[in-house]
Amino acid sequence: MAKAFHPGFVSANDLATGRVIYRTAEGRWVQAPEQAEFITDAGAAAARLSAAEAEGHIAVGPYLAPARPGLRGPEPAHFRETFRASGPSAPARVSWGADHA
Amino acid sequence: MLDDAAYLSRRAEEFRAQVARRLDGSLTEEEFRPLRLMNGLYLQLHAYMLRVALPYGTLTPARLRALADIAERWDKGYGHFTTRQNIQFNWPRLIDVPDMLDRLAEVGLHAIQTSGNTIRNVTADPFAGAGAGEVADPRPVAELIRLWSTDHPEFQFLPRKFKIAVTGNAEDRAITAANDLGIRITERDGRRGYTVLAGGGLGRTPVVGQVLADFLPEADLLPYLEAVLGAYNLAGRRDNKYKARIKITLAEQGVEAFRAEVERRFAALRPAFRGADRAVLAELRVRFASPALRNAPTDSYDAARKADPVFRAWADTNLRAHRAPGHSIAIISLKPVGGVPGDATSAQMRAVANLAERYGYGDIRAGLDQNLILPHVHLSDLPALHAGLRAAGLATANAGLVTDIVSCPGMDYCSLATARAIPVAQEIARALDGIAREAGALSIRISGCINACGHHHLGDIGILGLEKGGVESYQVTLGGRPGTDMAIGTRAGPGFAADEIVPAIARLAGAYLALRRDPGEAFSATIARTGPAPFIDALYQETAHAL
Ligand code: SF4
Repeated sequence: MAKAFHPGFVSANDLATGRVIYRTAEGRWVQAPEQAEFITDAGAAAARLSAAEAEGHIAVGPYLAPARPGLRGPEPAHFRETFRASGPSAPARVSWGADHA
Repeated sequence: MLDDAAYLSRRAEEFRAQVARRLDGSLTEEEFRPLRLMNGLYLQLHAYMLRVALPYGTLTPARLRALADIAERWDKGYGHFTTRQNIQFNWPRLIDVPDMLDRLAEVGLHAIQTSGNTIRNVTADPFAGAGAGEVADPRPVAELIRLWSTDHPEFQFLPRKFKIAVTGNAEDRAITAANDLGIRITERDGRRGYTVLAGGGLGRTPVVGQVLADFLPEADLLPYLEAVLGAYNLAGRRDNKYKARIKITLAEQGVEAFRAEVERRFAALRPAFRGADRAVLAELRVRFASPALRNAPTDSYDAARKADPVFRAWADTNLRAHRAPGHSIAIISLKPVGGVPGDATSAQMRAVANLAERYGYGDIRAGLDQNLILPHVHLSDLPALHAGLRAAGLATANAGLVTDIVSCPGMDYCSLATARAIPVAQEIARALDGIAREAGALSIRISGCINACGHHHLGDIGILGLEKGGVESYQVTLGGRPGTDMAIGTRAGPGFAADEIVPAIARLAGAYLALRRDPGEAFSATIARTGPAPFIDALYQETAHAL
């Protein structure tokens, strides 16, 4: 049985930088998920994914990431996608400076 | 050859051309992916990640400075030390990676075979050459294996990745039994040889390595390894990647049958090894000879202990017994409470390089617990070393305590993760900091998925982050331990939601304090005495836990 379709947006990693990117309705790749095209049916998803696959000089590993409508545009609908959109939850750098033991 | 900067720089040039061809569209991702992985370059959740091997965890000041430069110039100013004596850079741009590889090549480092189904970075006891009670320094053997296995034409496409660890100490800090192949240097009747373990590993099917050869004569090591790898290469399953590790081969064939095949191959291979390998080993022993440890009074150490409680607290937790009188092994904790386990900034790496030069005979190690180590420090230098570490924010006095948490990157970085690990480690460290000294040696290890890079099975308390029903869920295991008598922790019960796991672990730690007979009774001894029931009761005491 085919897997139930979940609405989403097309996301990938930028070839040059590796950063998380999203595909807009106009076919541009941007870093803001809310600017992504919100895709609500399986046919459109397949079409957009195959278009994205052809853009391998920009985007690596495009896939349909689960999303839901938000106030400013679509937003991630799974915690993995939330972390992809927002970056590491932990501050990336350890503190630098004298200990105050 | 591998330390030959020219060879490594040629490899970097080759990769530079491949990157250029990928960026100009001549190579597809499908074509490029195996090439980048061969150079240790992964694509993770937020960015590329370059994994650099630190062979058997040994670093020099020049190498550490090169890593600091790389982090500063081409990454975000820090590096992440892993549980397998590698360092990972989390944010490189593709176009910069060849330059990073060039900088590594200048100091004989590289990222070759840090990915793929090959023999990975050979790990070893981080106290090699320094630990009290050592039979022999494992690094010459580890280096011999590295030389033999790197670019070995027969073993570039094994059924699955293959990890080898070596120890020369009865106290097994290299966790040899958790590796595809574990080598323990031993002595019997005045002769030196190897006990070879096979089929150990963590991940989805955790297994303690079994003895393949009880006592292998020293001269037979490489032909024997070649025989093991040859047998595995043929018998290892290639139809299912979850069944492709040697531990599954052993489980399916039985250790006897596998051993018989290894011995058959060994008999055929042995005559071809005419002694060149042993000559190299002899040279390597010279190369890894002990530094000339100095003799000096140690009164200043004793005086500093008396005068400075901060120094004393650090000395009590972060020093380990050295084989030579007047010396100590100093652990540099990369686990500031609330920090990211294993992260060090460029400035910190440079500080350690300087301090190692000044007080540590220029020798630095990366542990398997994501800490750094200065293996040889004269006692009289420890107060100055401690002051230098404090100035660099590196004097956290918690080595081996409950806040010295091992944690994989989890879903903050890793594309395979099913849950976050780092924030859990940070919160637990904050929650338990107040009882850390009282609790004494108590280990917590956290993995962000079943692959178990955080070695959660080996913690007194292990935490495995999973996804259940679209949210993070944390499974707890109890009673694991690394070392010579490695044991795999047992799952305590249903998982905890992200907001429940920290209080649950705090209850567990509290139960240990209440249940132990005296402060000298380790967690493993207490749980062995009481059984897991009172710990499980404490863990599940007041939660409506997520299933
Ligand atoms: S255990 Fe899983 S999440 Fe953690 S580093 Fe390994 S693969 Fe990634």
